[in-house]
Amino acid sequence: MLHIKCPHCGMRSQNEFSYGGDASVKRPKLNQEISDQDWDNFVYNRKSLRGKHLELWHHLSGCRQWIKVERDTSTHEIFRTMKANEDNS
Amino acid sequence: MQKYSIFNLIKNAFSNHINWDLAWKDPTPKKEYDVVIIGGGGHGLATAYYLAKEHNITNVAIIEKGWIGGGNVGRNTTIIRSNYMHDDNALFSEFGMDLWRKMSQDLNYNVMFSPRGIINLAHSDAQMNVYARRGNSMRLNGIDAVLLNREQVKEVIPMADFSDNVRFPIFGGLMQPSAGTARHDAVAWGYARQADSMGVDIIQNCEVTGFDLEGGKINGVRTSRGNIKVKKIGLCVAGSTNILAEKLNMTLPVETHLLQACVSEPVKPVLDKVVTFGAGHFYISQSDKGEMVMGGDLDGYNSYAQRGNLPTLQHVLTEGIAMMPFLSKLKMLRTWGGIMDMSMDGSPIIDKTHIEGLYLNCGWCYGGFKATPASGWTFAHTIAQDRVHKLNAGYSLNRFNTGHLLDEKGLGTKTWIS
Repeated sequence: MLHIKCPHCGMRSQNEFSYGGDASVKRPKLNQEISDQDWDNFVYNRKSLRGKHLELWHHLSGCRQWIKVERDTSTHEIFRTMKANEDNS
Repeated sequence: MQKYSIFNLIKNAFSNHINWDLAWKDPTPKKEYDVVIIGGGGHGLATAYYLAKEHNITNVAIIEKGWIGGGNVGRNTTIIRSNYMHDDNALFSEFGMDLWRKMSQDLNYNVMFSPRGIINLAHSDAQMNVYARRGNSMRLNGIDAVLLNREQVKEVIPMADFSDNVRFPIFGGLMQPSAGTARHDAVAWGYARQADSMGVDIIQNCEVTGFDLEGGKINGVRTSRGNIKVKKIGLCVAGSTNILAEKLNMTLPVETHLLQACVSEPVKPVLDKVVTFGAGHFYISQSDKGEMVMGGDLDGYNSYAQRGNLPTLQHVLTEGIAMMPFLSKLKMLRTWGGIMDMSMDGSPIIDKTHIEGLYLNCGWCYGGFKATPASGWTFAHTIAQDRVHKLNAGYSLNRFNTGHLLDEKGLGTKTWIS
């Protein structure tokens, strides 16, 4: 079982969270020229590599906040967690 | 190639079975091939077999990082079915059903195809309506489908929970009598043996490290066992699709997720159908050895781990026990996991790509095993003729761009959501 440190609530069990997918995906900015390719990359195309993966989790059975988690997709080691509006870098 | 038959079996019994030929060779990679298939799983092996058999292309190598049949073809729950509603899925799968029926004879290898039937249980009136619609669509495409009411389901699987006080009572179910199971390892081995006998090189323990492109065309593949010159490459690597796509600077509508399965201790024959729970994600069948073979949801987050996590397994088995309470008395024998190439609409991709000579076969989600023969057949056609066959025309890569999604389950892009 994963143990995820919610930046709001502290270390919690995976059972309290639901997964939200790749957090590095950016929605194209509105009110400017957007190509089909930009939309495809936002809606469908994913890197999904082995190794470090920045992803969204929802603390559904806790504070109900969305958070970002950096996790290794082959070892499940969690390197860091942060609030959803914190910078990825 | 030595034919497998009762006579050869008896003959070899006199020499304690030590004189059988090897089922396939262990060749050193040549410098050049006409076609290289990356991935020695069921689909890759089938592709090589049909390239040789249907298109007479035998200067072919299969490159496999591990060993053949060590990935998802050896990790699935062996279910074979064609109970799809959409035409593209239905016609493709039903074409595959024909190949399954002939497979043991075709490959001279007993794949133990057992058309025992599959029942999808319904737990509400609305679900019965949905199943009636799907059943009608199937029948229009020439696939057998029978809508069963509660009493009829009870006759077939009396061990399911038909008591009154259950959260998800059984209203009925949709049965495809011609669906079933097969011995998954035999499928890989049977294809490998036949492909090898027709001249295909099966190269194991050989990892792809890069690709050689020249003017937007495939010119070769670099591997841990040397560089190979080749003009046509078929990518057939399931859960590792994204890793190889990155080496080609491609980003695909595919995510890699982990799916678990498990078997119980072997028990006497109790279940002679494949059954799926309709109020969640759980499926079960009984193997010839007597084990109850079970599976269900993905673990739910991107994973290359090839081994699962307990919360999902617990969740899946809770559904199983809700459906068939006797399961709670069984001991678990084994659990395992495989990594799935989850496409963004739940349907696969068998297509050409923008790189000339690169062909893509991926996105099988958790339905890859049953598609093995049809996938190999159509992929071989696509590679040999350099154009898609009408059977895999719907499985195009650019459907995500044009909006022609094949969203069989209506799950949208989050196919990993349970």
